[in-house]
Amino acid sequence: MNTQNLAKNVRIDTINMVNQGNSSHIGSVLSIVDILAVLYGEIMNYDVKNPTFQLRDRFILSKGHAGAGVYAVLAEVGFFDKAELLKHCQNGSKYSGHVSHKDVPGVELSTGALGHGLPVGVGMALRAKLDGLSYKVFVVLGDGELDEGSNWEAFMFSAHKKLNNLCVIIDRNNLQSMDTTENTLALEPLAEKIQAFGWKVQEVDGHDHIALNKAFNTSVNTPLCIIANTIKGKGVSYMENSIEWHYKTPKDNQFKQAISELEAL
Amino acid sequence: MKALFELANDNKDVVLITGDLGFGLFEDFSEKFPSQFVNIGIAEQNMIGVAAGLALEGKIVFVYSIGNFPTFRCLEQIRNDACYHDLNINIICIGAGFSYGALGMSHHATEDIAIMRSLPGTIVVSPSTKSEAYFSTIELSKRNGVGYLRLDKSNASKSKELKDKIEIGKGNILKDGSDYTIIVCGGIAEEALSAADDLDKDNISCKVVSMHTIKPIDNVLIQDCVENSKGIISVEEGNITGGLGSAILEACLKNGKFPLKMKTLGINDEYVSIVGSQEYLRDSTGLSKRFIVDAVLSMNQS
Repeated sequence: MNTQNLAKNVRIDTINMVNQGNSSHIGSVLSIVDILAVLYGEIMNYDVKNPTFQLRDRFILSKGHAGAGVYAVLAEVGFFDKAELLKHCQNGSKYSGHVSHKDVPGVELSTGALGHGLPVGVGMALRAKLDGLSYKVFVVLGDGELDEGSNWEAFMFSAHKKLNNLCVIIDRNNLQSMDTTENTLALEPLAEKIQAFGWKVQEVDGHDHIALNKAFNTSVNTPLCIIANTIKGKGVSYMENSIEWHYKTPKDNQFKQAISELEAL
Repeated sequence: MKALFELANDNKDVVLITGDLGFGLFEDFSEKFPSQFVNIGIAEQNMIGVAAGLALEGKIVFVYSIGNFPTFRCLEQIRNDACYHDLNINIICIGAGFSYGALGMSHHATEDIAIMRSLPGTIVVSPSTKSEAYFSTIELSKRNGVGYLRLDKSNASKSKELKDKIEIGKGNILKDGSDYTIIVCGGIAEEALSAADDLDKDNISCKVVSMHTIKPIDNVLIQDCVENSKGIISVEEGNITGGLGSAILEACLKNGKFPLKMKTLGINDEYVSIVGSQEYLRDSTGLSKRFIVDAVLSMNQS
């Protein structure tokens, strides 16, 4: 499946999942779908028949609230049956609102509390260096999540250890829980900050698959940070750039409209 | 340190991470095992996160820091990243109770037992002797699950020699006795032993048990002590809420066997704002030998 179709399917899957599960965070999911599609469609080395083989690339979604997107992309590429997706957020389900690894093939790390994913990814990347293994580690962070100090501890440490097998993708949609990132706790100048920590930074349109692919292939001798400029709620007109879709569930006419807009993509 | 050297030597997957503490302690280790040693800097959240990443990749990780730094500062990382993922990460804290008494309340590790044992799947060990510290370090490396090893500046070892193999989850009888049982964890066992010696002179015979493993606690030994003593006294250099005394009472509830009399000695739900040596602070918080003697005597009179 090409990455455009993969992204389209994941968007439709996740709208169905949050609709059925009465769950939230759909705006945050739609924001990272193209990043997931390029990673799982073109960049990452994985084997759905052998999800834990040693040299697989590791993926961590640190902004665990967008977990529906990860479940959907894993099902789309064949880690498990797509019918499982509609169990998302249902009573007794293992597919929690924030991504969980328990009995879900392909999920490396359970997240949900912000600021946890990057340090763990750093540990995985450090292990590859200690043992001379060739795998890479990809970690998706939300931009609002950068408020958490643990990320900056990890930025500093991974540059110090020259972990060039580590790639962070920042989902730069400019919105966090209550307001814009700049009105809440200003991040800019973000690229310069991360560069100053010793990282190579690439800034791209986070919905442009060709640009994302090119950025992932940047050759580095430091850790790599891709600032992916994204639109929260991307693909559904009434959700785009709207904070309320961090919380709301599309129902009835809104649900139908979302599906028809996405199917027309 | 001896245990860590042996473990690192035997298994290259053993990794030691320090949060920039251990000056004068880790130089030999880092020279001998450079690829198994990381000084992560003064960054405990990242320390546990990196430990989790390494342990997810199959490493056996020991993290080291002092006082409350490797526990409270990064408690959510311990809960979500380490415990929930069933990882072999062992957190070593040096500075149990008032070990760093003069440094002030920030350095008093007095609620750590309660907090660490509340996390599902953890193993919580507060050794009283060097043998207990050595053998539990070795055993923790072999057990899945997050271990918490609470090391004390003081200890109740009578000699420097390691003897009597200790098992996690099996209490260590430091002294036998027939009237009362004092159950203790950590270096404060030295006060309990000394109290028992004094009480011997009054013809009151006390057994002293080092309950080095607070979780999983030795239910069998607790039941035996309950059934064969006139009363139980628990002693811990930590807050009375949720610590060793609470764990013993929980074990009694589980066993359905209750002591005829019981007294729990611990810090009376307060922070200690004065400073002093470990001995001084034990005495000022009602935990030293004389308070243990008084507890037994009052039990004996009532």
